[in-house]
Amino acid sequence: MPTYPMLEYLWIIPLLPLLGSAVNGLLGAKWSNKIVNSVATGSTGLSFLAALEAVREFFESGQQLFHKEFFTWIAAGNFRAGFDLQMDQLTVVMVLVVTGVGWLIHIYATGYMAHEGGYYRFFSYLNLFMFFMLILVLAANYVLLFVGWEGVGLSSYLLIGFYFLKKSAADAGKKAFIVNRIGDFGFMLGMFLLFRAFHTLDFQGIFTSSTLQGWPVELSGHLGTLTFACLLLFMGACGKSAQLPLYVWLPDAMEGPTPVSALIHAATMVTAGVYVVARSHVLFIHAPTAMLVVAIVGCATAFFAATIGLVQTDIKKVLAYSTVSQLGYMFLACGVGAFSAGIFHLMTHAFFKALLFLAAGSVIHAMGGEQDMSRMGGLRKKIKWTFATMLTATMAIAGIPPLAGFFSKDAILFSAFQNSGGQHLLYLFGLLTALLTAFYMFRLIFLTFHGKPRYDEHHVHVHESPWNMLVPLAVLAVLSIIGGWLAAPALWGGPNYFADFLAPVFGSPAGVEAASEGAVGAHQLELVLAGVSVGAALIGLAVAYWLYLKRPGKADGLAHSLKPAYTTLLNKYYVDELYAAVVVKPLLWISTVVLWKTADVAGIDGAVNGIADGARAIGDGVRHTQSGNTRSYAVWVVVGAIVIIAVIFFWPFGFRPVVGVVR
Amino acid sequence: MVPTNYYVILSAILFGLGVFAFIFKRNIITIFMSIELMLNAVNLAFVAFSQALGKLDGQVFVLFVIVVAAAEAAVGLGIIILIARNRQTLNVERVNLLKL
Amino acid sequence: MTAPLLVFFVLAGLAVIGAVSLILQKHPIHSALSLIVVMVALAGLYLLLGAEFVAAVQIIVYGGAIMVLFVFVIMLLNAGVEEHTSISKMAGAPGLLLVVALAGLVAATIVRSTDSIQGTMQTGVMSSTSGVSNMIFREFVYPFELTSFLILVAVLGATVLAQREKS
Repeated sequence: MPTYPMLEYLWIIPLLPLLGSAVNGLLGAKWSNKIVNSVATGSTGLSFLAALEAVREFFESGQQLFHKEFFTWIAAGNFRAGFDLQMDQLTVVMVLVVTGVGWLIHIYATGYMAHEGGYYRFFSYLNLFMFFMLILVLAANYVLLFVGWEGVGLSSYLLIGFYFLKKSAADAGKKAFIVNRIGDFGFMLGMFLLFRAFHTLDFQGIFTSSTLQGWPVELSGHLGTLTFACLLLFMGACGKSAQLPLYVWLPDAMEGPTPVSALIHAATMVTAGVYVVARSHVLFIHAPTAMLVVAIVGCATAFFAATIGLVQTDIKKVLAYSTVSQLGYMFLACGVGAFSAGIFHLMTHAFFKALLFLAAGSVIHAMGGEQDMSRMGGLRKKIKWTFATMLTATMAIAGIPPLAGFFSKDAILFSAFQNSGGQHLLYLFGLLTALLTAFYMFRLIFLTFHGKPRYDEHHVHVHESPWNMLVPLAVLAVLSIIGGWLAAPALWGGPNYFADFLAPVFGSPAGVEAASEGAVGAHQLELVLAGVSVGAALIGLAVAYWLYLKRPGKADGLAHSLKPAYTTLLNKYYVDELYAAVVVKPLLWISTVVLWKTADVAGIDGAVNGIADGARAIGDGVRHTQSGNTRSYAVWVVVGAIVIIAVIFFWPFGFRPVVGVVR
Repeated sequence: MVPTNYYVILSAILFGLGVFAFIFKRNIITIFMSIELMLNAVNLAFVAFSQALGKLDGQVFVLFVIVVAAAEAAVGLGIIILIARNRQTLNVERVNLLKL
Repeated sequence: MTAPLLVFFVLAGLAVIGAVSLILQKHPIHSALSLIVVMVALAGLYLLLGAEFVAAVQIIVYGGAIMVLFVFVIMLLNAGVEEHTSISKMAGAPGLLLVVALAGLVAATIVRSTDSIQGTMQTGVMSSTSGVSNMIFREFVYPFELTSFLILVAVLGATVLAQREKS
């Protein structure tokens, strides 16, 4: 039996960033940037190498599911939760994405944050985030996954509020954490339900349990335990992955530094929700109602966010809404049963979205901190590398072949078309969203890099970023180009390597099943749909080109004529205001008036103080017996005599003091 | 024959009058005399029961009560004399401080 | 109405009148004299109950010694008419109620417990004086000796207390 040392010590992968975080956090305050750099980037890099080694061993072992319990964390009555880590095909994808993209972003951040205060704190938090995220993807039971889940929420709060002296940043951090918490509540309830149904929370324990094998598929509309549990888990996923209605924290989270936005809110943390749904696919398959909900919510979110992104002027906000929209795509994929397509899109999205954010950071860095696109323009010639990489990423996200986004988006749309029944509504909205995505992404490009400069050229000195920011951009650009090629052969009838790789986890992809029935017909349909989606992307590109390049004033004119729609979109459908009025205000009212003033001040304080006051009042009353006046003492003697006689002669409880002969 | 209850009720009445005097009179000596009245009432009850039960224990007890009452009266009156000398008053309501 | 009953009511009425008079009189000497009336009445009642020795002792000791002592002290201290102060609030209406309550309680209790007892006249061997003295010097000899000790202590105490200050 060959030994797999890295797999045996799988915990090294999350441990290295934790050590880096601790070292930087405790000792980094006095160190120079260079040392903090090396600790942070080094630990993440080593973690990436460790992950590579673990993956290599995984392949060497014949892709056997590896699962090891390192120590028992909780053992209480019937409930056991251990520090179990596992490695299977899905984990391979996730762990490589997290460590790889994370490492690149660390390198980028060394350049981007070079002039910021609190340098060591930033890297400490960033490493802490890596630790929790790795725990999340490596966990082999829901409890440990939840530890990672909460931990990344915490790191997100810390990093969003990194510029904590700025009120909007601190508020954004709080908002993120609180909205996440609402989702976490659902997640916990889902876990409880699962435990009650299966008496364990281990993945293998649940997914291979005989209870589950024998569980009847819960019919649509019938809310059984599994449906409930899946819906609750999905609620947690909505919070973490910013779907309707818990997406409101993600645009605000742009207050954090750009590397944070890239790492957490594009590539890794927000994908945790998709990961959970994919991991629990066995449960979801038994609950078609839940899957339908997932698909509908994902599709609706994708469309909704895309419409908001059409008119935003802050470059990071556009990317934030784009992230929400793309996450909606991933959930749509999971909802229609194409889990491997969802994970594929997760991977490619990590590449090009991280690249987009990093490049945007580069633009912001070049512009000296300016984030408003209406004050940019004509940067194409000045920051060539940034432009090139950002254009690559935009083409990827728009779904233009042969870049990565085309293959993943196409897989999703194809599955949506096949599985969404007669109406094909999901497919239509997905297609429309693809069109809108292409439009607003190219709008971003044209506004930022083309046209006349709309900024004061004397005050702003546009300069290209240093090498440690450009190299990760380049690497990610390459990945955006080739990242989809694992699935490419499927287009001309070959195997889809990615889906095949994930097949042991997800079962055969839906497309292949259909293909086995009407192989040629399904394949032709796929090619047709691919063509349609490329066409939609090109239409979007063309409209953006026309509005922003050919006739620059047209966009403003259009906005003016469609004023009501425009303002609604600009104000994000007033969702934040709605939440503030419906949720936040009543809650604050309850807290202040009911709980604080009434229950706490009047009730509890009143009771406690009242007891003290009562004791004093009683004392005040009883004081009068000690008057010094002999005559009143005499009266008290009489009172005492009466009491004693009454007690002795009329006591009804059986105890009868000796009364003697009188009886 | 006189029923025993009559003696007992009389004893109670005298006792009550004694307590009444004890509470409502202000002269120390009068209060002391009310104590004697109370003791006498009790003595009456003792003797009545002694006759009713046919034993002489009650009468013996009465003798002891009388003796103790005498001793107590002697000492008590001594104290009253002292108080009268020190406070120049026989009103018990004026005697309410330990220090002069 | 038999003779004993009549005598009882007369003597009882005398005792009660004397007690009431003790309360109502303003001068302490009048109260002392009222108390003497009560004691004489009680002595009569003891006689009615067949306790001659106790009746005699009552008159000699109580009436002849204790009450004389009281009268001496009243005259010594020149006690005058009682002044009317009312500092104590408790000793007013509440006191009255409580007194009535106490008396009633005591009476009710004893009557309730002793409904069946009737008295018989004591005659025969264990008649009053010899019977009492037998009991004192046989069963109650220790209390007897102790009470004599008590009287000694009382005499000493009274003497010490009533001394004039050595100026």
